[in-house]
Amino acid sequence: MISKVLETKKLSKFFYDPVKFQVLKEIDMSISSGEFVSIVGKSGCGKSTLLYLLSTMDTDYEGELFINDELVTGKTDKEFASIRNEKIGFVFQFHYLLTEYNVLKNVMLPGLKLGKLSEEEIEYHAMEHLRTLDMHEQALKMPNQLSGGQKQRVAIARALINKPLIIMGDEPTGNLDHKNSNLVFDIFQKLAIEHKQTLLIVTHDNDFATKTNRIITMEDGKIIK
Amino acid sequence: MNFKLILNIAIHLLRARLKQSIVAAVGVTFGIAMFITLVSFMHGLNNMLDELMLNRTPHVRLYNEIKPTEHQPVFLSEQYKKSVNFISSIKPKDRGKDIYNSKAIIHYLKQDSRIIDVAPKITTPVFFNSGTIEISGVVYGIDAVAEEKLFRLSDYIIEGNISDLTQNNSIIIGKGLADKMMLKRGDILKVTTAKGNLASLKVVGITQIGIAELDNTMSYTSLSTAQKLLGAPKSYITDIQVKLHDITMAPALAKEFSAKFNVDAIDYQTSNSQFETGSTVRSIISYAVGIVLLIVAGFGIYNILNMMIFEKMDSIAILKATGFSGNDVKWIFILLSMVIGAAGGLFGLLFGFIFTSIIDVIPFSTAALPTIKTYPIDYNSTYYFVGITFALSTTFIAGLFPALKASKVDPVEIIRGK
Repeated sequence: MISKVLETKKLSKFFYDPVKFQVLKEIDMSISSGEFVSIVGKSGCGKSTLLYLLSTMDTDYEGELFINDELVTGKTDKEFASIRNEKIGFVFQFHYLLTEYNVLKNVMLPGLKLGKLSEEEIEYHAMEHLRTLDMHEQALKMPNQLSGGQKQRVAIARALINKPLIIMGDEPTGNLDHKNSNLVFDIFQKLAIEHKQTLLIVTHDNDFATKTNRIITMEDGKIIK
Repeated sequence: MNFKLILNIAIHLLRARLKQSIVAAVGVTFGIAMFITLVSFMHGLNNMLDELMLNRTPHVRLYNEIKPTEHQPVFLSEQYKKSVNFISSIKPKDRGKDIYNSKAIIHYLKQDSRIIDVAPKITTPVFFNSGTIEISGVVYGIDAVAEEKLFRLSDYIIEGNISDLTQNNSIIIGKGLADKMMLKRGDILKVTTAKGNLASLKVVGITQIGIAELDNTMSYTSLSTAQKLLGAPKSYITDIQVKLHDITMAPALAKEFSAKFNVDAIDYQTSNSQFETGSTVRSIISYAVGIVLLIVAGFGIYNILNMMIFEKMDSIAILKATGFSGNDVKWIFILLSMVIGAAGGLFGLLFGFIFTSIIDVIPFSTAALPTIKTYPIDYNSTYYFVGITFALSTTFIAGLFPALKASKVDPVEIIRGK
C-alpha cells in the first residue's frame, strides 16, 4: 500500500479583509509517497494559499490536514515548526537565503536546528547535496554573490538537508529564465525518479506542469481536475 | 532549544548590522561607565565625609547628663500615688560630671568582643589667657595612645607630635586658637578653669580639624594634666568613648550600657542623624542618575532592535519556514540584545574604572581635610556587579518587546507580500 504523505479533508480558508471572502472551498485531496505533483491555476485561484496551508505555515483554516497519516490540525506553534523542519522542504520564488550566512551554512541551518546529526555530518551531507546540484564550488560564497538560478539550487539543497517527506515549491521557476527553469525542473525530476522524492510544486508555467506526473488544476478555490 | 545555534544566528544578524550594533553598545557603555564613575565618586565622597565625622566621633559615648531627677519625691508618696502630680520649677540635679567607677567600666568594656577599643576622656571648659584677654575654650584630657588608635588624631596634627602629650603640663591647641593668640610650638599658654584654678601649659603641637568652630576653641592635653588642672583625683573621667566593630549595633548597645552602668549613653546615629540623611540622599541621587542613564541606553537598544526586525523580516520568515519556532526567533533577538548589553556593559565597567582612576589622581586639597590629597574614590566591586547586572537586565527588557514582535511575524504574509 502506498502511504499518503499529505491528505486534506474539507479544507476551507477565508480572508476577512476587506470583506469576508472564501478563498478555498472544502478541498479534499491527497498526495501519495513518490508522486511529483504540480498545482496550476490562474492568479488568485488560491493555489499559493493552499500550499501555505499544506506547509503548516498558515494555520487559520477550517477542515483537517493530515501529514503522513497523522492529524496535524490544532497543534502548537512549536510542533508545526518541528514538522516544517523535519518533514517539509521549501523552495520559494525569490530564493530566500539568509544573507548573513554563506551558501554552505544556509544549507546546513535546518539540519543544525534539527540537531540529530553532528555538525561535521551535516556539513558533509550539505556538501554532498551541493555537489549533486553542481554548486559545491560556490559553497563558501555569500548569497549576494550568486545568480538567481544558483540561489535557487542552493535553496533546493537546503530543502533536502533533513531528508523531508515532501518538497514544496512556490513558483520555484517563476523568477528564472528558460534555461535556469529547465535546470531546476531537471533537478526536481531527478529527485523524483532517482530518490523517489515526493514533490508538490505550485506553478503557472504550463510547460513545467505538463512534464510532472500529476497536475492539479484549481479555479475559484476548487480543484477542478 | 539549541542554544549554541540560536546564539550563532543572533551574532550573525548582529554582524550584518555592525555599525548600528556598535552604536547601541556604546550607549550601554556610556551609561554603565557613567554609573560606575558617579557611584564610585559619590561613595568616595560619602566615605570621606563619614570618616571626617566618624574619626572624631565615638560610636557610643558614655557620660553624665545634667538633668532633673526622674523620680521626684512626690511619686514615692503613697497618698498621691493615684493622683496626677504637677511639679513646677524643677532644677537639674548636679550628679557631678565624673563617671562613677569609671575604671571598672572601662575594664569591663575592653573585654567585650563587640567593641574595638575604649578611650577615656575629660571634657572641661576653660579660659585661655592672652595678656588681659580671656578666650573661652575647651580642654580635652585624653589618653594619647587610645585616642590615636580610635580617632587617628595624628592625621589632624599639623605641627608637633601626639606623643609629646606625655610630657607633664603640655597642650596641643587648635589652629584658630594659635593664630588668635600668636602662639607657636614651645610657647607657654596660661589657662584658667571654671573653678578659678590657674595653670601654665607648654604648647607642644597644633591641630587643624577643618571645622573653624572647633579649631577656634579646642585643645588637647593628657588625662593626668587635665585632672591636675581641675584638682580632681586620678579616677576622674567625664566621658568614655567606645568604638564598635559593627556601627549599626550602636543604638542597641547604647541602651544596654546605659542600663548596665547607670550612666547616659548616646549612639553615633542619634548624635549625627542629619549626617546620615545626607549620605543616604547622595547615594539615592547617584543611583537614580545611573539608572536613568541605563534606561536611556535601553531605549536606544529598543529602537535599533525594532528597526533591525523590520529589516530582517525576510530572514525571520525563512527561519520560520525552515523550522524555527516563534520561541526560537524570540530568543534570537533577546540574545542579540543581550550580546549588545554584555559587550557594552563590560566596556562600560572598563571605562568606568578608567574614569574613576583618572578622578582618583586629580589633586584635591582643602584646608578642611588635611589628609586628603586627591579626589576620593570608593573602589567597590559591588558597583561593578550592580552595573553589569543592570546592563544585562535593561538590555533583556529592551530586547524582549521587539523579540516578541519578531516571534509573532507571520512568514506567509512576508512570502506572499513579495
